[in-house]
Amino acid sequence: MNIVVCGKVIPASSVTIEIDANTKRMVRKGVTHELDPAAASAVEEGLRLTEKHGGTVTLVTMGISDVTIGIRNALAMGTASAVHILDDAVAGSDTLGTAKLLAAAVKKQPFDLVICATESSDSYSGIVHGQLAQLLGIPPLTFAKEVTVDGGKISIKRQSENGYDLVESSLPALVAVSSGINEPRYPQLKGIMAAKKKEIKVYTAAELGLAADQVGEKGAREKVLTIGRPPKRDAGKVVTDEGEGGKQIADFLAEIKVI
Amino acid sequence: MADVIWVYAEIGDDKITTTSLEMLAKASDVGKAEAILLGPAPDDAAQTLAQHGAGKIYRSADPLYRDYLTLPAAETVAGLIEKYKPAVLLCASSYAGRDLVANLSARFDCGAISDVGDFQLKDGGVEAKIPALGASYQNTSTLVSQGTKLLLVRPKSFEPKINAQPVAVEELPAAAGEALRKVHMKERVAVKREGPQLEGAKTVISGGRGLKGEENFAMLKDLAELLGGAVGASRAAVDAGWVPYAMQIGQTGKTVKPDIYFACGISGAVQHLSGMKTSKTIISINKDPEAPIFQYSDFGVVGDVFKVIPQLIEELKKRKGG
Repeated sequence: MNIVVCGKVIPASSVTIEIDANTKRMVRKGVTHELDPAAASAVEEGLRLTEKHGGTVTLVTMGISDVTIGIRNALAMGTASAVHILDDAVAGSDTLGTAKLLAAAVKKQPFDLVICATESSDSYSGIVHGQLAQLLGIPPLTFAKEVTVDGGKISIKRQSENGYDLVESSLPALVAVSSGINEPRYPQLKGIMAAKKKEIKVYTAAELGLAADQVGEKGAREKVLTIGRPPKRDAGKVVTDEGEGGKQIADFLAEIKVI
Repeated sequence: MADVIWVYAEIGDDKITTTSLEMLAKASDVGKAEAILLGPAPDDAAQTLAQHGAGKIYRSADPLYRDYLTLPAAETVAGLIEKYKPAVLLCASSYAGRDLVANLSARFDCGAISDVGDFQLKDGGVEAKIPALGASYQNTSTLVSQGTKLLLVRPKSFEPKINAQPVAVEELPAAAGEALRKVHMKERVAVKREGPQLEGAKTVISGGRGLKGEENFAMLKDLAELLGGAVGASRAAVDAGWVPYAMQIGQTGKTVKPDIYFACGISGAVQHLSGMKTSKTIISINKDPEAPIFQYSDFGVVGDVFKVIPQLIEELKKRKGG
C-alpha cells in the first residue's frame, strides 16, 4: 500500500510565533522548525498501516529551506522518501493555493491513501485536507480517531459531538486524523542514520505545473487586510500561593458575588 | 436589495444547533437571511429557523445527507449556489461545516475564510475578523474571488435572537449519483457523558496537563458540583487519554463562554484559548508564573493545583455551611 502523508513543518512549539507587519505573514525564516506534532501523528498512522499491510510512506510538505530539519525527522521515523515544495513563489499561499500545490505533488506519487492532520498547529485553518480531497477527486474521511484498512476498504471512527461515527469508504481515499490518534514514535539512531541517505525530491510550483498567478500571494483568494494584537483584557490580579491560594480564590468569588 | 446571506443549518442533539441560530442572527443583521437544511430533522426544525430570521429554507429530508456526509451535501449546496448566487454562505466551524466549506472552496476555486469571529459586507465583498493564531493575533481578511463568499464561523460569535419570518420552504430533490455515496456513515455511536453539559454551563472547571492523570479530575468534579458547573479539559488532557474528547475545550473541541471559567493546570496554548477566552471571568491556577493563561485571567494563582484546589473546595464547603 502506497501512502502519501501531507504534513507541515512549523516553528517549534518553544518559539513564540511572530507576524511580520509588512507581509502580514508568520515569520518563518531563521526560526527553529520542527515537524508539526499533528503531522507527526499522520506520519505515525501511515507507518503503522504500512507495517501491517506493506508498502511505503512518502511525506509531502511545503515550506522554506528551514523546514528540512522536520522532513529529516519524518524520514528518521521511517518515511521512505519525501517531497519538498520549495519555491519563493509559493510564499503567502492561502489554504486553497496550498491544497493545489499539495495535490499536484501528490499526483506525482503512486498512492492508495493520503493522510493529513485535521489541522496544523500553527494556523489551524483546518480545511486544506478537504480541499485536497476534492482536487484529487478522492473521498474524504475526516476527524479520524482510529483508522483500519482491510483490502480495498478503509474504515474510520470519525469524531462526533456525542461520540463517534463509523465511516467507511473504498480506496483510494484521503483520511484526516485527529490529534491524539496515536503517540508518534521517537526516531531511533538507526532511523536517523538511514534518514541521511533518503531522497528528498524538491519541486518548484512551475515544475508541478502551476503558474505563478495560481499560487503564493498572487494566487491567494483570501487576502489579509490588517493584522494586530487583539484588545487585551483588563489586567487581572495574579497572586502567588503562599498557603492561602484556595482561600484567595474563594474571596475573589465572593467579591464578584458568585458565592 | 439586501444581500442574501445563507446559513447552512445543522442538527445536533435532535435540534437545530445553537451555532446555526447564532449565524442566522448575524445574517439577518447584515442582509436577507436564508437557510439550508439537509437530512432528517425534527418536525419543528424549519419553524425554528424561520423564528430566528430565515425568510426562506432550502430543504431536503433525505437520509442520504446523514448517511453519506459531505459529498451529497456539497453537491446540493453547489447546485443551489450556482442557481441563486447568494452573497455569502455561512457554515459553522463544525465537523460538517468545515468539510463542506473545504469541498465547495476547491470546487468553485473561490477559497474560504476559516475561524471567522465577525464579518461585514463591504463594497460587494466581505470583510471578516479572524483571531488569526488562536488568540494571539487577530486579523481582518477578505476574499478576492468572484461569487459567493464562503465563511466558516466560530461558535458563540453572535447571540441568537427571535426574529420571526413567514416560512417559505423550497423542497429540494435529493442529490443523485453513485459517486456521492463513496463515504458511508454506517453507524452513529454515542459515548455516555457524565455530569452536566459543557454547552450552556454557567461555570466551567477545566483541567490540563498539570493535573497529571485521570484520577485527579475527581477534584475538579467536586469543585464543579459545589459551584454548579461542568468539567472540561484542554487538548493535552484529552490527548493523554485522561478524559473523553467530548470534554475538550479549544479550537478542535468546544467553544464555551461561561460566566466563570476555571483553568486548572492549563498553560493557555493558543489552541485552548480560542475555545474559552471570551468567558466573562477567568480564574486560573498554574505553577508556572510565565504561563500565557495568566494574561487572560481576571484572577490567577501561581501555585500547585493539588494544594490550591483542595483548599478552595474546603473553603467553599465551609462558607456554604456557614
